Amino acid sequence: MRILFKTNYKQDLNLAKHGGHRFWYGLLILILFSAPLILDGYYIGEATRVLIYAMAGLGLMVVTGFTGQVSLGHAAFLAIGAYTNAWFLAQGFSSFVALPMAALLSMIGGLLVAIPAARMSGIYLAIATLAFSIIVEDFAGHLNSITGGNRGMMVDVPMLFGYQIWESWELYLFVLCILIIATLAVLNILRSPLGRAMIAVRDSEVSSQALGVNPMKIKVFAFTVSAAITGLAGAFLAHYMMFLTPQIFGILLSIQLLLMIVLGGLGTVHGVFFGAVLIGVMETGISIGKDALPFSIGGLPGIEPLIFGVILISVIAFEPTGIYGRWVKIRSYMEFFPVYRRKSFKRQRSYLKTERLR
Amino acid sequence: MSFLEIENLSISFGGVKAVDDVSFAVEEGSVYAIIGPNGAGKSTIFNLLSRFYEPLSGQLNFAGNDLLELGAKDIARLGIARTFQNLELFEHASVLQNLLVGRHVHNTQSWWRQLLFTGSVVEAELEHRRKVEEVIDFLELAHYRNQIISGLPYGVRKKIELARALCIEPKLLLLDEPSSGLNPEETEEMGFWIEDIRRDLNMTVVLIEHDMSLVAEVSDRVLAIVNGKVAAEGDHAFVQSHPDVVSAYLGDAQ
Repeated sequence: MRILFKTNYKQDLNLAKHGGHRFWYGLLILILFSAPLILDGYYIGEATRVLIYAMAGLGLMVVTGFTGQVSLGHAAFLAIGAYTNAWFLAQGFSSFVALPMAALLSMIGGLLVAIPAARMSGIYLAIATLAFSIIVEDFAGHLNSITGGNRGMMVDVPMLFGYQIWESWELYLFVLCILIIATLAVLNILRSPLGRAMIAVRDSEVSSQALGVNPMKIKVFAFTVSAAITGLAGAFLAHYMMFLTPQIFGILLSIQLLLMIVLGGLGTVHGVFFGAVLIGVMETGISIGKDALPFSIGGLPGIEPLIFGVILISVIAFEPTGIYGRWVKIRSYMEFFPVYRRKSFKRQRSYLKTERLR
Repeated sequence: MSFLEIENLSISFGGVKAVDDVSFAVEEGSVYAIIGPNGAGKSTIFNLLSRFYEPLSGQLNFAGNDLLELGAKDIARLGIARTFQNLELFEHASVLQNLLVGRHVHNTQSWWRQLLFTGSVVEAELEHRRKVEEVIDFLELAHYRNQIISGLPYGVRKKIELARALCIEPKLLLLDEPSSGLNPEETEEMGFWIEDIRRDLNMTVVLIEHDMSLVAEVSDRVLAIVNGKVAAEGDHAFVQSHPDVVSAYLGDAQ
């Protein structure tokens, strides 16, 4: 068990709290950066997909995990980011223009959704965001001159300083760098007043107001940041797919994102990555496993959603805090080994809430 | 003009007049207690002061500000902090995070500075932390600093809610039943703290309370509310022996 000796409040502001953190996260980043040396092209491609999922999940986590606003429409922000990026690249701009524009346009989309959405909550918000995503999907289908409509649209490769990124490992490293920056930005928000205000709005809107937090403003901020990050993920998704059709950005993608952050552990940054890895590995695993099975089973339509569904239901039933929650339990079991109490994480009786005001 | 002035305040929910033409004034630096049977409208008065409800009629004035011109989110900035009867803590955050949310009104850093976590944000955070630690020292919460709220016992949560309100550094503190759910020792402790808050932190306190010994111990003036109306106002001995108050609690002697 590690006991930290704190001598300075600054220690609590550090992202890496102790040597163990520095070592393990450093090692993780080192491994991620050296992965192209070890893995071949196919697996690097799969890893890129996981990173893109993680980036999109990070965006969704900001609004759903930390601010408590359920969004069923995040595929729309992916779509906006993907098409904006593809369009700017097609016009001959470099990725230095296309990527920020993807984030910016997605951000504006987020702002447009957030202003009415900040007045809603729960199921109504879910329906409103779902409607937004359907509108965007339809729009992409009909805006032939920009998106190529339902026929689809080819995506040019990313371009930096006149250099075109063709190799899959180059794209992988590019995504990794942006993902690390986005993660750091989210971690920064979480350790500053805005992040605490987001958590306050999530846990009790009433008392957050009594403490001077403007829930409306916080929700709009969360939506905007979330949309920007998701838009970036969309831009990279376009590169990964290399061909865009509006059907990619349907309701299923939104649900898959939501599934990912719930499986990983709602309300934690770790959860995003666990969820992304799980979904990525599952998809790859299912497609490999399908080939191994006899066609009469492996070729059945709907086997993928079935497996996803079973896993989701079991996680919600047996470990509502997700993979990260389970990991925290295992870790504290090891830390406290002989004296660990099984009831440590037993949920306490929740006390009566103040009569809700609306 | 008094520090906090409430004039002819009324609100009704459907056909029920929850607060009916209530007026009272609180002097700066005093402890003012509101008592009354359950459902008398005491918490409703607090919710009106917090601007969660829109009153039907009446005036709310605090230190020269008309509260009715402001929204719920602006009240804390004026220097009014409150606790809730049934606790409204941020359950999935640590004690420290909860208290730091109390510093929100003192935040002056722009969003992009927070995004980059610049030097000025670090400085501001350290300053908030120092203030929070003062409150932690004051209420003896050091032991719980890094624990998550949802695992803490009720009495401790009650203290944390008080601590969070103190982190605002308010001029006026509204306490909704500070002693409910506490055992006799904890109630006595709460009494000492209310005294200290008034004397050392120079805050004005308005509390809703059922524990008459606590009311007698800390309050300068007492207001009794029965069925949304003012039944009596004065010092606690006067209010406790007022016939309307007695009949509200014990019924009329036939």
